[in-house]
Amino acid sequence: MSSFFREVLWTRLKRNRMAMAGALIVFAMFCFAMLAPVSGRDPGAIDIVHRLQPPSLDYPLGTDDLGRDVLARILYGARISLLVGFVAVGIATFIGILLGALAGFYGRWIDSLIMRFVDIMLCFPSFFLILAVIAFLEPSIWNIMIIIGLTSWMGVARLVRAEFLSLRERDFVVAARAIGARDTRIIFRHILPNAMSPVLVSATLGIAGAILTESALSFLGIGVQPPTPSWGNMLIAGKQTLGTAWWLSVFPGLAILFTVLGYNLLGEGIRDAMDPRIKD
Amino acid sequence: MPILLSVENLHKAFKVSAKRPGAPKLRLKAVDGVSFEIEAGETLGLVGESGCGKSTVGKLLLRLIEPDDGIIRFADKSVTGMPKRELTALRRDMQMIFQDPFSSLNPRMRVGEIIGEPLVVHDLVNGKDPRNQVLTLMDKVGLSAEHYDRYPHEFSGGQRQRIGIARTLAVQPRLVVADEPVSALDLSIQAQIVNLLKDLQEEFGLTYLFISHDLGVIEHVCDRVAVMYLGRIVEIASAEDLYDRPRHPYTEALMNAVPVPDPNRHRQKQVLSGEIPSPIDPPTGCHFHPRCPYAKDICQKEYPVLSEQLPGHKAACHFSAEVGDFRTTINQDSTGG
Repeated sequence: MSSFFREVLWTRLKRNRMAMAGALIVFAMFCFAMLAPVSGRDPGAIDIVHRLQPPSLDYPLGTDDLGRDVLARILYGARISLLVGFVAVGIATFIGILLGALAGFYGRWIDSLIMRFVDIMLCFPSFFLILAVIAFLEPSIWNIMIIIGLTSWMGVARLVRAEFLSLRERDFVVAARAIGARDTRIIFRHILPNAMSPVLVSATLGIAGAILTESALSFLGIGVQPPTPSWGNMLIAGKQTLGTAWWLSVFPGLAILFTVLGYNLLGEGIRDAMDPRIKD
Repeated sequence: MPILLSVENLHKAFKVSAKRPGAPKLRLKAVDGVSFEIEAGETLGLVGESGCGKSTVGKLLLRLIEPDDGIIRFADKSVTGMPKRELTALRRDMQMIFQDPFSSLNPRMRVGEIIGEPLVVHDLVNGKDPRNQVLTLMDKVGLSAEHYDRYPHEFSGGQRQRIGIARTLAVQPRLVVADEPVSALDLSIQAQIVNLLKDLQEEFGLTYLFISHDLGVIEHVCDRVAVMYLGRIVEIASAEDLYDRPRHPYTEALMNAVPVPDPNRHRQKQVLSGEIPSPIDPPTGCHFHPRCPYAKDICQKEYPVLSEQLPGHKAACHFSAEVGDFRTTINQDSTGG
């Protein structure tokens, strides 16, 4: 990234308290996921004697119906959420950039073809598409990441296409052509680095969306399969005992809430920081 | 001097989207039968109001835009007939300097990368790193070595234009199309850049097509001048002849519009009336007739051919012999000193 990017973006972002709060949450979640093994707690250790314990010093977030430590399960669940968020968004961003760049750069029939395909993809309610696909495939975490990625690239493609359409007319792109640069060089060296800002915002917000989708799928029992802990399947596991053991659903619920909030605040902060209409 | 570039009957029309659905598509004739030649080592100026098609001509020469019709020959090779993949070789011989020094440099690339890119693209790098070659180029255009790792936004307009010029020179071109290279700059910087361009021309034996709307700059830089109006060349002559005795009413009007910075000189202004007509629907006959003080009936019906009025001086006007009657007369103020 260029110095322009670092300086302007960072100084503006620092001044935005909500964005910094979001960044803090995101950073904290990273730390939790990283440090999960360091906590020395085993998310899978069954301890029937200490089942359905309310939050205490030994078990800060209580235990579930098999006596497993809820804190440990939330920490390990953070790894799943992060993994799903980043891999799914990575896939979506890659496809979106590729198709958006082709459509925006070459225009004409290539553009029409790709954008009609985008329209078709947008016709499907993506959650039901995911449900349908999962019904045929094994509901594993990798399948889920791939499917979320394959059904959420359309927004990125539209963004990238719009950026390419305006950037390809700019003088520095014409200058690159005049120099004799090939299309691939113009696309990757000249246009794409200048088109990345909205993609970064979209990816940050997309991570929140992907985490939500994964939680929803796990909640419905077709996402991450127990005993692997995920916030979504913890939420559903606590449903039956909501009246007596509230901690089983409330803590994973809060984890989802704050994580999604964190990414959304950060994403919107980056968007504001990059808006040239907002002056320092 | 041998002829380096010749252009014959160049045409380019852009499709304009219809105002309402179903309406016939309109065509904007940006370049409408332009012909000229440039000798090796000379500077040909291309003047005209904004929107007259002069920048389009520049881009057509480099085939940055595809012409609809016409022949461009560069050093006895047909540019217009060249397949697209052979254009790379052409890019070494013909280069372009852009008007806006703020949009013509990639904001995400360092100065060294920008200037070195043509070397990389054309495989002209000696050894591994183009650094030394780039530093030599930077020195030629008056940039110092410490600018190598900076980004374009850290520079002023004049310095940015120097970066653009260094990039142009990297491939050692023979012809440089300078598209309003100083129009976006402060007056004091304009002179520096113009002088730099002249120095470089001498040093590297460059040939320039110098596009501008500023008659003052053109007179200072150019050996010959072509005047464009609504997609056509209306007059072409050596700078000396043109400024001395314009043979087309439009050229005359342009000259009259140049301000004279002398408070003691009062002028009877003959200012052009009316707007520049739309190139989508140009006037019949001579395009200039609605604004021309010499216009007679024939001007509405027949387009005057660009023909030689004096040796080396062509104009497209039915009454070019009369042009000069409306030349601004400069009166010495009786009370002035």
